Amino acid sequence: MTKQVQQLDRVIIRFAGDSGDGMQLTGDRFTAGTAEFGNDLSTLPNFPAEIRAPAGTLPGVSSFQLHFADHDILTPGDAPNVLVAMNPAALKANLGDLPRGADIIVNTDEFTKRNLQKVGYETNPLEDDSLAEWRVHAVPLTSLTVKALEGFDLSKKDAERSKNMFALGLLSWLYHRPIEHTITFLQQKFAKKPEIAKANIAAFQAGWNYGETTESFSVSYEVKPARLAPGVYRNISGNQALAYGLIAASVQAKLPLFLGSYPITPASDILHELSKHKRFGVRTFQAEDEIAGVGAALGAAFGGALGVTTTSGPGVALKAETVGLGVTTELPLIIVDVQRAGPSTGMPTKTEQTDLLMAMYGRNGESPVPVVAPMSPSDCFDAAIEAARIAVKYRTPVMLLSDGYLANGSEPWRLPEISELPDISQAFTTEPNGEDGAFLPFKRDDETLARPWAIPGTPGLEHRIGGIEKADGTGNISYDPNNHDLMVRLRAAKIAGIDVPDLEVDDPDGDARVLVLGWGSTYGPIAAAVRRIRKSGGKVAQAHLRHLNPLPGNTGEVLKGYDKVLLPEINLGQLALLLRARFLVDIISYNRVRGLPFKAEELAGVIQDVIDSD
Amino acid sequence: MTELLNGKGLSLVPKTDAKQTLKDFKSDQEVRWCPGCGDYAILAAVQSFLPELGLRRENIVFVSGIGCSSRFPYYLDTYGFHSIHGRAPAIATGLAASRPDLSVWVITGDGDALSIGGNHLIHALRRNVNLNILLFNNRIYGLTKGQYSPTSEVGKITKSTPMGSLDKPFNPISLALGAEASFVARTIDSDRKHLQSVLREATAHRGTSLVEIYQNCNIFNDNAFEPLKDPEVRDDITLRLEHGQPIVSASKAVVRGDDGRISVVPRADVAAERILVHDAHSPDPSVAFALSRLDEPAFEHVPIGIFRQVDRPAYDVLMAEQLEEAVAQQGPGDLSELLMGGDTWRIG
Repeated sequence: MTKQVQQLDRVIIRFAGDSGDGMQLTGDRFTAGTAEFGNDLSTLPNFPAEIRAPAGTLPGVSSFQLHFADHDILTPGDAPNVLVAMNPAALKANLGDLPRGADIIVNTDEFTKRNLQKVGYETNPLEDDSLAEWRVHAVPLTSLTVKALEGFDLSKKDAERSKNMFALGLLSWLYHRPIEHTITFLQQKFAKKPEIAKANIAAFQAGWNYGETTESFSVSYEVKPARLAPGVYRNISGNQALAYGLIAASVQAKLPLFLGSYPITPASDILHELSKHKRFGVRTFQAEDEIAGVGAALGAAFGGALGVTTTSGPGVALKAETVGLGVTTELPLIIVDVQRAGPSTGMPTKTEQTDLLMAMYGRNGESPVPVVAPMSPSDCFDAAIEAARIAVKYRTPVMLLSDGYLANGSEPWRLPEISELPDISQAFTTEPNGEDGAFLPFKRDDETLARPWAIPGTPGLEHRIGGIEKADGTGNISYDPNNHDLMVRLRAAKIAGIDVPDLEVDDPDGDARVLVLGWGSTYGPIAAAVRRIRKSGGKVAQAHLRHLNPLPGNTGEVLKGYDKVLLPEINLGQLALLLRARFLVDIISYNRVRGLPFKAEELAGVIQDVIDSD
Repeated sequence: MTELLNGKGLSLVPKTDAKQTLKDFKSDQEVRWCPGCGDYAILAAVQSFLPELGLRRENIVFVSGIGCSSRFPYYLDTYGFHSIHGRAPAIATGLAASRPDLSVWVITGDGDALSIGGNHLIHALRRNVNLNILLFNNRIYGLTKGQYSPTSEVGKITKSTPMGSLDKPFNPISLALGAEASFVARTIDSDRKHLQSVLREATAHRGTSLVEIYQNCNIFNDNAFEPLKDPEVRDDITLRLEHGQPIVSASKAVVRGDDGRISVVPRADVAAERILVHDAHSPDPSVAFALSRLDEPAFEHVPIGIFRQVDRPAYDVLMAEQLEEAVAQQGPGDLSELLMGGDTWRIG
């Protein structure tokens, strides 16, 4: 049977199933094949915090969305073209996101009376007309898998487990993905269980062959490789890029990396990743709690290490006092906050940008810290190096604000040339800086206002630091009112004076009257929305802040150069509050706090409304 | 295999040939404790003990939390870090784990170590990082002006407990033993010779050593340890713990009964061979724990000395070994190789 091959420029697939169905793995493998094929891509995993929520229920649904294209793309896509639904719960939970005409591939074996009841379906949606506006492909995935694995020495339950690989095989056929890579992967993953490896490979191939032979799929699709900038690429998630960035920062700063951390979603993968790289001299310390994690990192920094702690919002709250100690003792320290939905425990696996004000002000006293935010998964690498550069050069704690979307999302990353990475090393102080051989631990550099960093083991520079206010220069305990006022101002001036690059504005014709401003992970959806507006002839400028504190020197000028400034944030207007206070600019906020990234279409509508309004 | 470093607590810390005296360790800062405070005696004992170690002064670090005792680092001319309430063990852990060439000391009090910082203390003890923790126990909050502490006796009348405190106190020695500490000792501020003998053993110990120092707060809890200082009774109630020696005071002896329990009896009533011989090196901490419970009712008989001193790999050494092992197995880190390590593809 000759099948039709249709060319597409982009596709959005969502795999959805029970949290035990292996949807994240299926998505990962499809992504790896897609990356290998050379498409540009962007991914969005979405899963419950519970490790195994009750099977077949709506809260237990786990999904993985992948957007791939023959051109460069910026987001994991708004609405799926294809939904793979492994059970009724997965169908019900995701149907609302599907545009009319989208394909739905359902595992009919799971559409039993009991499973339908669990999610409140009174009749089987595959048998009534409720799915008429979509193209439904009814595939008995489970029984086909079990049949394909007859002859293997496996229980029925074990055989059923391979149904995700059957689905992966089918989708790989449907979109012309290379298959060798997945076969190699399965051989390696189950190297110690060859029977399981063989079964999974057989299921994967059976899925492929099913697509090839069945009449249910008359068309397959091709998405040509994207024309990306020349270079070597790999697919990378935000957490992995951030971990690599910290290692690179340690190498480029010539300082051993010390991570003090306590496991917390969605930051734990940074701890996991860094713990694998001991050959770089990386010490990872899983502490008894969040406070000890940052405490140990600060202690290591006192000893001359690049001290880092990684956490999420609730952990930042606990670390606040120690960060304040870092501010007043003026030691380098990096606090990575992978933001998640709050307050309190909130929704641990969902994303948000709601910790900006905590990062800025969540400590007692006048306690300024620099804040840096990456804008895409791969940008976490560069942002980590930038955070380290500031921490080391200015001897200060730095907040690095990632989020759940960046942490778990992935995209192709063009690998940097190691020789192009910045040298961020700073020499330790080894000589006295005062009269008669005295050492003044708080005598500052004229230009940066940074204090000397003399580490234990340096003869002649023995000194004491601490949380009590210090006399300017000597660092001795001081309760002098004027000295305190001076020190408060010096610490503030040091942070305000950090060298950060100017804010760049993307305004192709230079005559836009509306600026869309963003920070952090909203870059992708904002840029995609801006493209849509421009494609339809609209004029809009875009700028994205990487440095939240201090702000780039030209920020006020940029904001005042436009009639209207629109600022979408996944919070209730935290950056808008800061910018309004600082620059007296009437920012137009757009806020949604749903635990999910913005959609490009949604933002395009908002931008258009702002352009159209008087 | 990990080389055990018993008696080599400072083996990785560089030594000096220069002659050191007490004066070398005095900083230029004016000491600001209340006149008559027990902290003065401890400071003087430590300052006069440090030259004995012969370490390079720049390789010694004192880390403290918050409280009267935590001002200690300011008065020593070494490196020092006066941190925040309860967190000194955590901060010192990061420092000691990344710098095995330092002699790291933690100065803390009963409130700092056992209330707000209780979690860090027990985890430092079980981890066994190379730290000397000196816990100044005065059984009261001094710096906040006289509230009861987690070692105050039940019924303590203080500003915050006008009708008496309700909660049972911690026994710091029992707590430390329960937390898998490898070195646990008790000494007293007024007995410089004993204090320094304990410090000598504590610094020789590779791993975390916990030294509880009974320290008098003459303002808010004066004479809390008076029976141990009163010449009339102190020799009778002080049970000296010395490894390999029978556990006795002037008039009392510790024996083990037929049921295995230990108790204190008049020394004259028992034959010398029945007196329990102290074994600080026993892998089983149960006798040390039983000894820590002898001071009940309080001050009838109080064991003083080293309860437990066992050899166990230190966390910092194990951590360094893992790094070395990783380099031995995989070679030193190569950034380019790391970044290229996943599945890569080339465009153009």
